Amino acid sequence: MAKSTTDIQNEIIENFSLFEDDMESRLFYLMDLGKKLPVMPDEHKNEDYIVKGCQSKVWLYPEIVDGKVIFEADSNTEITKGLVYLLVQLWNNRTPDEILNTDLYFIDKIGMSRMIGSQRSNGFASMIKQMKMYAVVYKEKVKSL
Amino acid sequence: MAKLNIESIRKQFPVLHQNVNGKPLIYFDNAATTQKPLSVINAIRDFYEHDNSNIHRGVHTLAERATSAFEATRKTVQQFINSKESEEIIFTKGTTDSINLVAQTFGKANLKAGDEVIISAMEHHSNIVPWQMICEEKGAILKVIPINDAGDLLMDDPIAIGFEKLLSPKTKIVSVVYVSNALGTINPIKNIIEKAHAVGAKVLIDAAQAVSHLDIDVQQLDCDFLAFSAHKLYGPTGVGVLYGKRELLESMPPYQGGGEMIKEVTFAKTTWNDIPYKFEAGTPNIADVVAFKFAIDFVNEIGKNEIRNYENELLKYFVGANSIRQLTEKVSNVKGEFDSPILFIGNAKEKVAVQSFVINGMHHFDVGMMLDAKGIAVRTGHHCTQPLMQYFGIEGTVRASFAVYNTKEEIDVFVEALERLVNLKMR
Repeated sequence: MAKSTTDIQNEIIENFSLFEDDMESRLFYLMDLGKKLPVMPDEHKNEDYIVKGCQSKVWLYPEIVDGKVIFEADSNTEITKGLVYLLVQLWNNRTPDEILNTDLYFIDKIGMSRMIGSQRSNGFASMIKQMKMYAVVYKEKVKSL
Repeated sequence: MAKLNIESIRKQFPVLHQNVNGKPLIYFDNAATTQKPLSVINAIRDFYEHDNSNIHRGVHTLAERATSAFEATRKTVQQFINSKESEEIIFTKGTTDSINLVAQTFGKANLKAGDEVIISAMEHHSNIVPWQMICEEKGAILKVIPINDAGDLLMDDPIAIGFEKLLSPKTKIVSVVYVSNALGTINPIKNIIEKAHAVGAKVLIDAAQAVSHLDIDVQQLDCDFLAFSAHKLYGPTGVGVLYGKRELLESMPPYQGGGEMIKEVTFAKTTWNDIPYKFEAGTPNIADVVAFKFAIDFVNEIGKNEIRNYENELLKYFVGANSIRQLTEKVSNVKGEFDSPILFIGNAKEKVAVQSFVINGMHHFDVGMMLDAKGIAVRTGHHCTQPLMQYFGIEGTVRASFAVYNTKEEIDVFVEALERLVNLKMR
């Protein structure tokens, strides 16, 4: 049985808790996680799928397969890429409802709330919004079928 | 080493004495904004605790005290930049506001279709966009002084179209930065002003990054306008200065309408107040203007020369550090591509204590985050100079900018952190 979004978030928080207050190790870990992100095909890394930010860019490519949303994603900065990896782990291959009903708390709990805070047009923060928007669109699409 | 008592100076800045991510804060983002000494912080508090009132028209005692304190800053600024009269000092919201004011009043009144405005390739967006806007409105043409790889303006280049070749009788305004925020370059503005005047153009100098490092004498420079911000000079945010020659300010239409800038208002006609008030509509940021004087006093007490010499020593200490010299190249062969672990961007002969750089294979965002994890605050990104970044073929840099309260010990920690990042990359 697939893990719930809550289970996955708690696992992530648990993994990061090993670093306690050591921000540098946290960031190293994120950069390592980012390396595990599957390579995004070049044809999807274009203007149509870019989520721009002042500090870093994110590419997000969605598909719906058997009622589940499939995400491909990438970023041009390593730390953001690590966060993108975690978010894809959480929301890849989920129904639109699962995505929309997620209370996203892990980002703050792993000490990365600045990435979704008031920092002006952060690619990652916009990506979260974008993923939810795709979920809304696919939910409507699935309903109308 | 300078005879400054840095420890005693640092004690005046409470914000410096804190930890970030468990490490002592190392604040190297002074070109973005400087920290404020206790005298400035206390002045704001004292004003609201004892003297707060609206200014210029009150009859009561508090109004008189507030007005006096406000105008005392104007006088201090006048002396600081040696303008002939204090009426030539206008308080604005900042450098951006000052430049917009000139573009929208002097520019609006004097530019016609086909006229030319000259700026440079290293300008901050605040000295690009206002001119783009007014040129589009008026049908005027914006010309750009090119730069070289070291980060110097091309003045009289034999091949390229440098500043001298750009000037013509069509040039009405030249607006250039004195010191580049991204590169640290000190531009030859006296030369620029002379050449511009020779063709009948007026000159605005963006002195935002210059005021805390260089002596400014507007009469000696003979610039027509000069703009800067208090917050780059150990003063509060939300306060800026526009200096303008009296005859120009008097000839310009007002910028914003409202209270203070009028003499008489009727529905048939309204007449304008004299300068500087003509350009100071509404209630200003009184407390912060009052506190600004204390920032200038702070600088004057230490001495700008002493500050500059000390900062330059810090810069030399950083770029001259053994490991930094070994890791760094100063010129890229192909724009945006280079072999060394670190590339310095901005290597003009005349510079202030600002150094931009990129680490090979590491995005500036990641560098900034990793340095912040060690308590080190630098700025990353395009620094509001996107055209300049495009020239170098990069998206952005990491920028360290030093001030009088920074230390060699802080630079040691910074150098070690950079070495660590480079080693991480090489793995």
